[in-house]
Amino acid sequence: MSDIKARIQEMVDKNDVVLFMKGTKSFPQCGFSAAVVDILEKEGATFETVNVLSDPELRQGIKDFSSWPTIPQLYIKGKFVGGCDIVTELHKSGELKKILGS
Amino acid sequence: MIDPDRIRTLLLEALPGADVDVQDLTGTQDHFQATVVAPQFSGKSLVEQHQMVYRALGDSMKAEIHALALKTKAK
Repeated sequence: MSDIKARIQEMVDKNDVVLFMKGTKSFPQCGFSAAVVDILEKEGATFETVNVLSDPELRQGIKDFSSWPTIPQLYIKGKFVGGCDIVTELHKSGELKKILGS
Repeated sequence: MIDPDRIRTLLLEALPGADVDVQDLTGTQDHFQATVVAPQFSGKSLVEQHQMVYRALGDSMKAEIHALALKTKAK
């Protein structure tokens, strides 16, 4: 496993809910990242964020990590949940609450 | 830049029989919205469905397409 993969794996394992995004929780730098932060806050979730813009290696590494070409990416309890569209859909259907709560 | 028709073609090549709708959201041929309803999505999770779309778009997803709002459903 390459260093960057190991680093990402550690972040995903260490945090119950972790969002890889552009910008930070209080200052998102992309509309899609902002939308996911907004949803997690509406759900009342406790979550960590990782700013991929501050680390080019991470910005590419996270795309390879889950074979997912876009950012943001949400991980809950070690599992990749999806990007903005999927998180929005799961939020609307109530499924996200179940995943967060289980 | 990439033509919405080109995206539609790539998706139909990878997912024959799918209903595909692609819209250029900004008129600048780099921000798109796509709805894909495909028989191949049956039994797949949303993550898997989106991954199939991204795979179909291949390198375009890394270069010409800056943003793709995606809705997928099994047919």
